Amino acid sequence: MSHLVLEGLGKSYGTAVAVEALDLKVERGEFVSLLGPSGCGKTTTLQMIAGFVGVDRGRILLDGGDLASVTPAKRGLGIVFQSYALFPHMTVAENIAFGLEMRGVGKAEREQRTLDAMALVGLKGFSDRYPRRMSGGQQQRVALARALVIKPALLLLDEPLSNLDAKLREEMQGELRQIQRSVGTTTILVTHDQHEAMALSDRIVLMNQGRVEQIGAPDTVYGSPATSFVANFLGKTNTLAAMGDGAGQVDVLGFRVPLAGAPSGPVSIAVRPERLSFAEAGFPARIKSRVFQGSHWLLGAESEAGTLLLMRPNDGTPVPAEDEAVKIAFASADAALLTEGRAP
Amino acid sequence: MSFAASERSAPYWLAGPALLVFLGLVIIPLGMTVLLSFYDWGQYKGIVPEFTLKNWIEIVTDSYFFEVFLRTFRISILVTLACVLIGVPEAYILNRMSPGWRSVCLLVVIGPLLVSVVARTLGWALLLGSNGLVNQGLMALGLITTPLEFMFTETGVVIALTHVLIPFMILAVWASLQRLDPQVENAAASLGAGFFTIWRRVILPQVVPGVLSGAIIVFALAASAFASPAIIGGRRLKVAATLAYDEFLNTLNWPLGAAVAVLLLVALVLIIVGSNRLVERRYAQVFE
Repeated sequence: MSHLVLEGLGKSYGTAVAVEALDLKVERGEFVSLLGPSGCGKTTTLQMIAGFVGVDRGRILLDGGDLASVTPAKRGLGIVFQSYALFPHMTVAENIAFGLEMRGVGKAEREQRTLDAMALVGLKGFSDRYPRRMSGGQQQRVALARALVIKPALLLLDEPLSNLDAKLREEMQGELRQIQRSVGTTTILVTHDQHEAMALSDRIVLMNQGRVEQIGAPDTVYGSPATSFVANFLGKTNTLAAMGDGAGQVDVLGFRVPLAGAPSGPVSIAVRPERLSFAEAGFPARIKSRVFQGSHWLLGAESEAGTLLLMRPNDGTPVPAEDEAVKIAFASADAALLTEGRAP
Repeated sequence: MSFAASERSAPYWLAGPALLVFLGLVIIPLGMTVLLSFYDWGQYKGIVPEFTLKNWIEIVTDSYFFEVFLRTFRISILVTLACVLIGVPEAYILNRMSPGWRSVCLLVVIGPLLVSVVARTLGWALLLGSNGLVNQGLMALGLITTPLEFMFTETGVVIALTHVLIPFMILAVWASLQRLDPQVENAAASLGAGFFTIWRRVILPQVVPGVLSGAIIVFALAASAFASPAIIGGRRLKVAATLAYDEFLNTLNWPLGAAVAVLLLVALVLIIVGSNRLVERRYAQVFE
């Protein structure tokens, strides 16, 4: 039995559907990200799990028990809010100990566990500090410690790193992942940042307009996007117009590659910029722009199959000049067949 | 005059009119009142401009004045307490309302301020009289057999003053509620706190600055209120403001009235500054 099960979970505001029918099974100790643009329903889903927002359709099962009639206070979940939502009138130690106090944990044990939690997030010696006197990164750690100290059944993270600057965010990503590993708490992260989702999670749930577009491990979702929405939302991609022959091959302007499951007739396929290469056997295109980026070149090209973006490593091989005619190819394994998804 | 020099003196010119008004209408009369409180007065000789401590000694030694001041501050404290007890939850509810309902309810809240003080107070007199609506209603319900005394009692004055001063409390608390992170309540709930615990431990401590500034305004206005105590309290139930008024206009003992007024001002300033210090120290973290 999975640790957390969402069954046909749905929520509407008036006629607007925030979440359509979400099915998801999360295993114990897993780190799952809900990823999507704003308004895709990821935050609503998180709030339904937390109990702050009522469920219109479907069920939420935690260890097999339905959460519908359980108040947020009784669910025992640890939540880190985007704004951190620390108690500004309490010290760091008081903030962290609040949840233990509510559970009637004795004073001695409470103090010990608070100290342990502070050590876990690297805040030793900050006990008597007030949140207002701390940096964003430190406040973030307090929020994490406050959520983890109650040994929650689930850790819910609502855009926890979006208020930090880029460098700190990267640092915290690594640390967050390591802390989650060491504690082993099942974690659900809501984010609109694809890099964050890919760096942190075991699995990504890609959502768009209240619907799930794809669920899978980060490299799977990135490598074989199921819909054009996923392909365009996760990293940069090229969408090529191709013609399927109904016998497991597609044809891009005369360049033929095997592609499993390709129907006969026009199809769309996605290939990542770093997987396109120059080869005599390829299809014709013309280089339109080139930008040097140090470790690699970014090349823009025009072809009859569509506008292309290529990423070539700066490995000493000559790079075609602007307006030069080239032939472009890709391996069969690097192409993904797209079904019609809604555009981002 | 050069341009730079005129620019430098511009703030003084711009502030000049307001300063003159302030000086002419507040500082000078106040100074004259203080001075007046040290003048002599006699039934037949009138005001004599020579220095004496007679008025001050009379106020300090005569228990009548002590009684009036005690009553003034008792009423003010009760009104302030009532405003906190009713106003804080009301502000919280107001803050949680949908914008449409909120503007309607805000209008209701500040309603008392839109009505003339005399009309409003006479309205209360009609309601609270021994044949008034409140007493008739209570008797019809069988809760009491003889009418309760509201008119010419401190209870009546407290009710009327609370009604008119509560908007100041609500607006002050509402302002500080708006600065609260809306997620903080959810955070406390997720950590296992019930509704009342969230209120007591999380919301209330954070709105203390608002409650304090509301309380200061309410207390000061209640202590110096004139119309409500004059109409509801009547001639016998005197407070400091009506006392000073009577000394000025009925007894015509201006120096004594001036001394009462100055004492009220000094006492108010001391009480407000003192309590402000106390609360600010206690909740230093919230005030930053």
